[in-house]
Amino acid sequence: MNVFTKGFFKENPTFVLLLGMCPTLATTTSAVNGLSMGLATLFVLVLSNIVISAIAPLVPDKVHIPVYIVVIATFVTILQFVMQAYTPAMYKTLGLFIPLIVVNCIVLGRAEAFASKNGLLDSLLDGLGIGLGFTASLTVIGIVREILGSGSVFGWKFLSGDGMLVFVMAPGAFLALGYLMVLFNKIAKKN
Amino acid sequence: MAMKSNLLNMALCLSAVCLVCSGLLGGVYALTAEPIAKTNADILKASISEVLPEGGELSDAISIEVGGQPSEYYVCAAGEQVLAYAVKSTTVGFGGPLVLMVGITPDGQVYNTSVLSHNETPGLGAKCTSDAHFMEQFKGFDAVSKILSVRKDGGDVDAITASTITSRAYSLAVRNAVEAVAKIKGE
Repeated sequence: MNVFTKGFFKENPTFVLLLGMCPTLATTTSAVNGLSMGLATLFVLVLSNIVISAIAPLVPDKVHIPVYIVVIATFVTILQFVMQAYTPAMYKTLGLFIPLIVVNCIVLGRAEAFASKNGLLDSLLDGLGIGLGFTASLTVIGIVREILGSGSVFGWKFLSGDGMLVFVMAPGAFLALGYLMVLFNKIAKKN
Repeated sequence: MAMKSNLLNMALCLSAVCLVCSGLLGGVYALTAEPIAKTNADILKASISEVLPEGGELSDAISIEVGGQPSEYYVCAAGEQVLAYAVKSTTVGFGGPLVLMVGITPDGQVYNTSVLSHNETPGLGAKCTSDAHFMEQFKGFDAVSKILSVRKDGGDVDAITASTITSRAYSLAVRNAVEAVAKIKGE
């Protein structure tokens, strides 16, 4: 169980490990965008973790990184086709950041540090835990930025007018991330 | 743990993985090619019907040059009479290409406009898809007697606050479309 829950607190990819910062900062302009980016990464993370833990014993040491990247890239491309076909609006919003999941260090990091050394079930749980932790963090950042920047939550507007524009743009991403990280680490230290 | 590497097993392993992955991708591509094409066609169709008056038959895409770039347009006609043209027009906005669909009636009036794709800044230029005042002013814009550029440049278009470059690109796209239609009618 510990394998699953560590993704939320002890090894939260966003607030503790500081991995995958590029999609974190760029796609969390609203709660829905953050959530979908998180779910897209979760999908790739779980599947690549499963496959890599299954094939790891058969892969010669010197080519393990290329093999992992091919596996990850395959799942990302599958995700891209599926999103393009069935959720075109989301595909358009996330744009470039979907193909960039290939080089997201969370995915390769988990493959290298966990899936290649652990069994199938543990790797599945690890992928789910880290993926959901990433999704939760991105959604929280998205919610904060959307409330402050656009005066709405999940597209539901409770404020007329514009909100603080800076939170929709890049500087606001750093501000929101920084303050949330402080908050997160304060809570995490207490426990 | 991982196997010891030698040339043979490295080559075999990489080829096997690549073979399986490319097979898998080919399969998924074949499965999704049709839904993707359909989704894209639906988006295009929706944007065309949004900028054209109701009724009439829509022609297939006809290629044309709009603002010096290859593009395409559609004719909406009832019998022999042309009701309107829908022109796809691309200009460069603040963050990259801004692609519009512009509906124009034969007397040179803009019927309506819609954004096909853009890369404008969220909260600023991206308002060109949500700012009601900005979008409404192009509805029925009289391109014959008024000038399609922002007020700052001596035209009759109210720019989006703090997004002059996007507003300029938007106006230019509409102007290019109007000019393209004038050329079509001249032929």
